[in-house]
Amino acid sequence: MTMDSLALARQQLLVPAGLGEDDLQRTLSCLLGHAIDGGDLYFQLRRAESWSLEDGEVKQASHAIQQGVGVRAVSGEKTGFAYSDELVPPALLEAATAARAIARHGGGGSLQAWRTGGRAALYPPLDPLETLSAEAKIRLLEQVDAEARRQDPRVTQVMVSLAATHDTILVAGSDGTLAGDVRPLVRLSVTVIVERQGRREQGSSGGGGRFGYGRFLEQDRALWHAREAVRLALVNLEAVAAPAGTLPVVLGPGWPGILLHEAIGHGLEGDFNRKGTSAFSGRIGERVASPWCTVVDDGTLPERRGSLTVDDEGTPTQCTTLIERGVLKGYLQDKLNARLMNAASTGNGRRESYAHLPLPRMTNTYLLAGESDPAEILASVERGLYAVNFGGGQVDITSGKFVFSASEAYLIENGRVTRPVKGATLIGNGPDVLTRVSMVGNDLELDAGVGTCGKDGQSVPVGVGQPTLKIDALTVGGTQA
Amino acid sequence: MPEAIIRTAAPLPAREQLETLVSDILGEARRQGASAAEAAVSFSSALSVSVRLGQVDTLEHHRQRGLGVTAYVGQSRGSASTADWRPEAIRDTVQSAVAIARHTAADPYAGLADAARLARETPALDLYHPWPLSAEDAIELARDCEAAALAHDPRIRNSEGASVATHAGLAIYGNSHGFYGGYPTTRHSLSCSVIARDERGMQRDHWYTLARDPMALEEPASVGREAARRALRQLGSRQLATRQVPVLFAPELARGLIGHFTAAVRGGALYRKASFLLGRLGTAVFPPFVTLRERPHLPKGLASAPFDNEGVATADRDLVSGGVLQGYVLDSYSARRLGMETTGNAGGIHNLIVEPGPSDRDALLRQMGTGLWVTHLLGYSVNLVTGDYSRGAAGFWVENGAPAYPVDQITIAGNLDEMFKRIVAVGNDVDARSGIRCGSLLLERMTVAGE
Repeated sequence: MTMDSLALARQQLLVPAGLGEDDLQRTLSCLLGHAIDGGDLYFQLRRAESWSLEDGEVKQASHAIQQGVGVRAVSGEKTGFAYSDELVPPALLEAATAARAIARHGGGGSLQAWRTGGRAALYPPLDPLETLSAEAKIRLLEQVDAEARRQDPRVTQVMVSLAATHDTILVAGSDGTLAGDVRPLVRLSVTVIVERQGRREQGSSGGGGRFGYGRFLEQDRALWHAREAVRLALVNLEAVAAPAGTLPVVLGPGWPGILLHEAIGHGLEGDFNRKGTSAFSGRIGERVASPWCTVVDDGTLPERRGSLTVDDEGTPTQCTTLIERGVLKGYLQDKLNARLMNAASTGNGRRESYAHLPLPRMTNTYLLAGESDPAEILASVERGLYAVNFGGGQVDITSGKFVFSASEAYLIENGRVTRPVKGATLIGNGPDVLTRVSMVGNDLELDAGVGTCGKDGQSVPVGVGQPTLKIDALTVGGTQA
Repeated sequence: MPEAIIRTAAPLPAREQLETLVSDILGEARRQGASAAEAAVSFSSALSVSVRLGQVDTLEHHRQRGLGVTAYVGQSRGSASTADWRPEAIRDTVQSAVAIARHTAADPYAGLADAARLARETPALDLYHPWPLSAEDAIELARDCEAAALAHDPRIRNSEGASVATHAGLAIYGNSHGFYGGYPTTRHSLSCSVIARDERGMQRDHWYTLARDPMALEEPASVGREAARRALRQLGSRQLATRQVPVLFAPELARGLIGHFTAAVRGGALYRKASFLLGRLGTAVFPPFVTLRERPHLPKGLASAPFDNEGVATADRDLVSGGVLQGYVLDSYSARRLGMETTGNAGGIHNLIVEPGPSDRDALLRQMGTGLWVTHLLGYSVNLVTGDYSRGAAGFWVENGAPAYPVDQITIAGNLDEMFKRIVAVGNDVDARSGIRCGSLLLERMTVAGE
């Protein structure tokens, strides 16, 4: 965190409300006065916009402002929480009074002096909404539309959307945390529908990150997504029924890393492990993957969608090793679960907004590059599936069963990629799927920046990545038995 | 005892206050040059508690305000929203909406709902039953619920806890046709999630009860016991071999299949030609014994509404009758694009009743004989453009009309168009905890992938 971010956050959040740091101290003291171990205040101002194109024209757009403060009081394992969308001292005190009601006995934490740390911001503190004029945003959407339609006469619909959020947060904790962060986030999405002889298929592509809109104009990035969406839709027009059964699966680089997010990442979040409800609970130090697998969660990658300079508890993010050469190494922690497990926060305390409680969440989760040539990996499969693009995924933390849905996949026959197959769900068991990884490519890629993760009803932006990798046996949910 | 512990959810503001805000927003839009406008203002308040292993885990007070406006300048439109109700915020928000409308392209189909279709009266639907529940009482209910689950069987070894939530809200919608409408609603729930463990591993499952009226909630102990029973019965799950078999969907999953159907007959999917049910009006989409009735005015209904999000009066209708598609799910915009009339579904469908058949679940299991009874689904691989459906599943392998053993780590796949036609029975075991009320659905055949 730079002083710049904190100064900007103060100026945007506290100054207009007439709040000073003494008000924050007073509110925190009010929390602590009642047998509370600790607590924090989370101020937020979020501006968001979205522009969308359909039928070749931008006919809809919206703008939204969200502002408020969340007050949390923690006593042992108990958490009290209240929030207000008014940033004035009486509202703060009222929220604090409601939040501290959790405590009946115990604790009695003390208020620490402010500590403001030093970490350079991972993204510029800009307002992405202001990085292009309204006219230029509309022009960009129209260019993407034209590029998509230019690709093929079978394109019947093109839908493009451009969205940005400008999120300014300030966290003040009784442990002395005082941190601010200014978080830009932009996203471009293209969906096309193609039609041939009555058969219709859809293809989507998109990208984004923590920068201004201008990035989409560089190197034709926006137009690339138009071409990619059309390519995917046309591939799907040729797709035959996907196989049903357990077979070797080669996953392409980048977005297929959703495998790691579902199969591994969620199961290593501190809350599930503190409660002993994860299939990975108590398994640190055990082999849960083949020796070619090293998996990290890294919130420090500059400008990535899943990155944060500080998490939503004011802790600087870090690169946490989850699996090292096949052995389970660590969990993802927020402050509460770290304290209860006698560990340190890994900078993974995240929340959707001031109106939500922080939870241990992933940032950018990926598997490090190996040594195999991707072509050699494909050539090693006699009959299998090559899956390169995915939709979403989901996991049952306790049983370990997870799914992720292929949206672009091909058959591998005698070491060669042959026909495209329809979208299908792949299902596996988190604690053993990576033990079946027999080859890891040298082509690590991160996704294009469109991922959103949902947990306990809260959505946060995340990233994933991986090189090409081969799983010797995975269940593919097609219809061709 | 700290004073706040006896607090309940915050009280709702007076309806007049919200109506005045809507009127101020519409007036401000007019002043700023909008030719038409619509606005919604909402307030909601909630109290939720969760208890884990007998101890309080979280106590949350929620209080949320919202204000949204869509301004029209001729046929162009723009939308903006904020949580700030101060006059300067209203001015800025309207300004944002109008500024957007000055940039967006004219859309001949845009505009308010036709004045003639707006609701003239607001039938009382009995949707507001505040629960004067203190945090302490809520904690006790959650404790009772979880305790019943933990006491049910020694293999219930761990818990994700039990939660009680009570929610009240008031929303007012108005537009420049002079329509103003709104009403308060409540929604209360109690849920429990526990973990069963034996030498074969861990299984987690949950159960919940949800209602407008707290008196209609299931007993806490019964919710806890059901969560425990469900987690226990899944212990020892194994994979199946890949095969094609009949599939019985439990009611809470069957309603998801019906949800895919309503999504595919929604105006937005149809005018974009992004639906596998395109052009199927008046044709058989289901077998003749399937009838889907929309009943927007059910007292205490979870999706009941006297008018939709554009103020259009809602009315009873049959969406599917004798298996034949009778209408679409349209708002004014999509209806105009399709050359049709709105069906009063801006914001969604208002209580869809799948007419139950004569059989209960056990009778359906016997009817199926051998096959898969699905009780859990994982993932979202459902393509509404093509109807292709493939999801992770867990449940039971059924032999001789009875569950033989639990199964997981399998997928079920098919095409929704064919799956709908292959429904062979609708159960009478209706799950009323949703805007779609449906019993179990028995499908003749799907592909199951496993070992």
